[in-house]
Parts: sequence; C-alpha cells; structure tokens
Amino acid sequence: MKEQMTIVRHEQLAKQIYELTLSGSLVQTMNEPGQFVHVKVAEYAPLLRRPLSLCDINKEAGECTMIYRAEGAGTTLLAKKRPGETIDVLGPLGNGFPVEAAKAGQRALLVGGGIGVPPLYELAKQFVNSGVSVTTVLGFQTKEVVFYEQKFLTYGETYVATVDGSYGTKGFVTDVINERALSFDVLYACGPKPMLKALEQQFPQKEVYLSLEERMGCGVGACFACVCHVPNSETAYKKVCSDGPVFKAGEVVL
Amino acid sequence: MNRLVVQLPGLSLKNPVMPASGCFGFGREYAKFYDLSVLGAIMIKATTLEARFGNPTPRVAETPSGMLNAIGLQNPGLEKVMEEELPWLAQYDVPIIANVAGSTMEDYVEVAKHISKAPNVHALELNISCPNVKKGGIAFGTVPEVAAELTKLVKEVSEVPVYVKLSPNVTNIVEMAKAIEEAGADGLTMINTLLGMRIDIKTAEPILANRTGGLSGPAIKPIAIRMIYEVSQAVSIPIIGMGGIQSAEDVIEFFYAGASAVAVGTANFVDPFVCPNIIAELPALLDELGFAHISECTGRSWKKGGSTIYCGA
Repeated sequence: MKEQMTIVRHEQLAKQIYELTLSGSLVQTMNEPGQFVHVKVAEYAPLLRRPLSLCDINKEAGECTMIYRAEGAGTTLLAKKRPGETIDVLGPLGNGFPVEAAKAGQRALLVGGGIGVPPLYELAKQFVNSGVSVTTVLGFQTKEVVFYEQKFLTYGETYVATVDGSYGTKGFVTDVINERALSFDVLYACGPKPMLKALEQQFPQKEVYLSLEERMGCGVGACFACVCHVPNSETAYKKVCSDGPVFKAGEVVL
Repeated sequence: MNRLVVQLPGLSLKNPVMPASGCFGFGREYAKFYDLSVLGAIMIKATTLEARFGNPTPRVAETPSGMLNAIGLQNPGLEKVMEEELPWLAQYDVPIIANVAGSTMEDYVEVAKHISKAPNVHALELNISCPNVKKGGIAFGTVPEVAAELTKLVKEVSEVPVYVKLSPNVTNIVEMAKAIEEAGADGLTMINTLLGMRIDIKTAEPILANRTGGLSGPAIKPIAIRMIYEVSQAVSIPIIGMGGIQSAEDVIEFFYAGASAVAVGTANFVDPFVCPNIIAELPALLDELGFAHISECTGRSWKKGGSTIYCGA
C-alpha cells in the first residue's frame, strides 16, 4: 500500500495544471476510478501528504497518471520534480465511482469541474470498454486552465464550459446540460461543492454519484479532518477520505 | 530478556511505543496496514458521555513541520465505544489506554467509571488538555486546583490506573504536574497540542473553521522535551512522552528527557507504518548507544548530573 514510485513523465498541461505519470507495483492494486493516492512531496516539509485522484490506470505499462493544480506549497514543490526521481506514494485509497451502476447499452453523463475533471477520465475509459456510452461536460474558470478536452473526445461527445466564456459555452456545466438537453441514465460528477449541489438538486430522480473534495489529514480515516454530515442527524457523519470520496447523491450533506 | 518491555502502573508493555490519542481513531483504519498486536499499547480517541460531531471543517491546517487541528473531540459516545470499539479491539493482544473527556466533572467521572470496567482497558488517560472544545478539555488543565480535584474524583471511581494528559498551554507545567501527582494520579502523559492559529492571506480569515487549533508534529518536539525534562525531575510518577515523535532517535531523546514510554501522534498521518517501523528500529539503536534495556535511557539527561542549565549566565 506504500511504495517509492518513479516519475516516468511530468508535463504541464495548462496554466498551473500538471500531469504526473508514475510507475511502480502499486499500479497493479489500482482498479477504481475515483480512488486517490496520497503523495509525500518532500521528506520534511511539507509534513502532510497530498491527495491526488487517479486519472489513468495503465496496468500493462505499470503506470498511473494523476493531474493536479500547483497552487499551495506542496503542489508547487511537486511540480519541480523531474522524471527519474521517486515519490513516496500511499494508496490506492478511498472508494471510487461505482462503474457497475451503468449497464452496457446505457449512457453515463460525466461532469467535471476544474481539478475535479481527472478522475472522470479513467471512468470514461472503463465505461467505453464495458459498452456504456459516455457524454462528458467539463467546466473551467477560463480558457487557459482547460485540459483533456481532446482526450475525452476519444471516448464520446464532450462539451466544455468556461465561467468567463473565453472557451466553449459561457457559464457553468449545468448551462451546457440544460441548453443541450443532455439525456443520460447515470450521472457521475467531481468538482467544487456548488457544482455538485446544483447537480444533486437538478436531478433528484436520477442515479447520481458525486466525488467530494475536502482538506484531508491522514487520508485513511483516522484523523477525522474530512468529515461531512449525514442528512437528518446531528452526530452521524461520513469521512470523505475513507467512506468516500465518492458518495451517492443524498448520502451526505453537501 | 526483552529489552523493550516496560512496566508502568496498570500497563505491562511489550514495547514502549503506542499511538497517541486522536491520531489513531479506535484502531480500525491502521489495522488494514499492520497487526495492531505489535504495538506497546493503543491510546484510543477521546471518549465523551454522548456522541459528538465535533467542529465544522476545515479542521486541519498545515504549518512548518507541523499541523493545526481542531477536530473537537468527535467520537461515537461512551455506549458505542463500550459496545463496539473496545470489543473489536479485544481481538488484538494489546492493552488499551482510554482517553476520557467531558464538558463537566460529572461527565469525566461517569465516562471513567464505565470505561475503566472494559476488560481490555488497562489505564485511563484524563484529557484535561484538549484546546478545541468550548467547555471542558483545557479548562480543567490550566488551573492546578481544578486539575487536582478532577484527578481525585476520577481516581475514586476508576478501576484502573489513571494517567493525566498535561497541556503545554500553561505558565508553570511543573506546578501543574505536582498538583496532579499529589491528587493521586498514577502517571502523566505529555504534551498535548499547543494552541495555535493560521490566517489565509487572500481572505484574511482564519483557515480553521474553529479559528484556533492545536499544533502538533515535529515543530513541538523541543517544547515537549523541555517540559518532560522539567517535570520528570519534579515528580516520581512515570511519564508517557509525546509531541512530534517520528523516529527511533526521537524516542530515545524523550527517554533521555525523562519519559518511561512514548506515544506517536501526527507521524501516523504521514506514514501509517511509523509505529511498527520505530519499534523494529529500537533494538539496533540501543546496541549503537550501548544500552541493554530501554529503561536505562529514562532521565539520562539529568541523572548524569552534567546538564545543569545556568539561566542568565
């Protein structure tokens, strides 16, 4: 569950957005899209690990790919690492998207917002391999942070929205879904809470799975940093890292 | 002879390394990584009378060589801990130290009375030092008379030895330790976290929803060492030391300061295997340093007598 993995490729995709590919035997234990790895960026500082969701699992090559935004101290340091260097990786952790919820012949709608886009890529790949049709809607702040549109296009129709209208549809992912009246059987989403909330409210009758982002400590469920409330209870809770990060809509309070 | 075996009131430890309370849940998460029976003991998450959700998120913020947390004593409550967590832990050959918390003295007494009856609870750790709850916690750990009274009340009802967890957020920790020893505590655990804060430079808002939190990790290790050094010379009850331990070398340093056993906290979050790794590394380090048994290390920094501090000299 813990390994020094080797950096195979490390490239910048867009402004502050980096694609990191690692090789190691841990890859053989990675199966679920939506699971994450907990990465130790440096030996001493920063102290805590950084959770990065799996974007692509390539078991034949023994490689996995993650995409992250270099923003804080940890990810900025990570962005400086070069191919050939090793990184301490713990994982895979958490519970991913239920791929089996969409059956062959059905259509899955994948909705990603910003740095919530990456886990949907492995999900799209697994769907296409199992005969599920995929429609993808990706939302970004602005053109210069858009990534992976072409990659998603290889798996099905793909739409992009930017908040400032500098690329694709102006507005939010929900604007694209409404304007194009996109139909689907199961919805899978990952992104900021307001986006997840909007999707949950808009499709109360549908089967919807949401992947949450939350500030984590340990990543394994021990520190109680990333808890969220469960509906209709004062004290009941779920941990985003170990009960999630993927939850069925309605399971937790967003 | 097993050179790591340590005997403390109520505790027969196969080695002196245990995870610290609040950093290990009730063990379930780390049982996925290794056999919990390798641990000297387990200090389980603070238990209160009723279930608590704790504070809103964000609950953690990273700091240089450390982290702030303001979890707020989230726990399932006494009944669930007694019925589910402790029986589950009983499958492992490891003594449990139950961390007891509350909002009132009556709460502490009630929890202590019941939880000390659990067969695998070998000692209590009185949490009078949590900085993240509005009532109780640290409020009982900053005035010596109050801490002493609570210790007495809990000692009266507890069926196992009582250790009191000291807060570093006091002016005179020696005075506090002495008051608690005099009240009948069987041992001390120290230190809990230091009250701290971080502010977001973009929003000017505190990063933690609770505004302040407890600082832990390597950043606080020198403070823990200094406090254990002072307290261990002033009391005759044993000390379980904690505060930023992440290696076998750190363990020895805590022993030198005056600890008789140690707890590992934040380091579990960084490396789930840190406790078994430290335990495995200790014998070789004892060889290197020339000790037959780890207990020989306790208080070595002051027992040798060569470490007088000259203030203002």
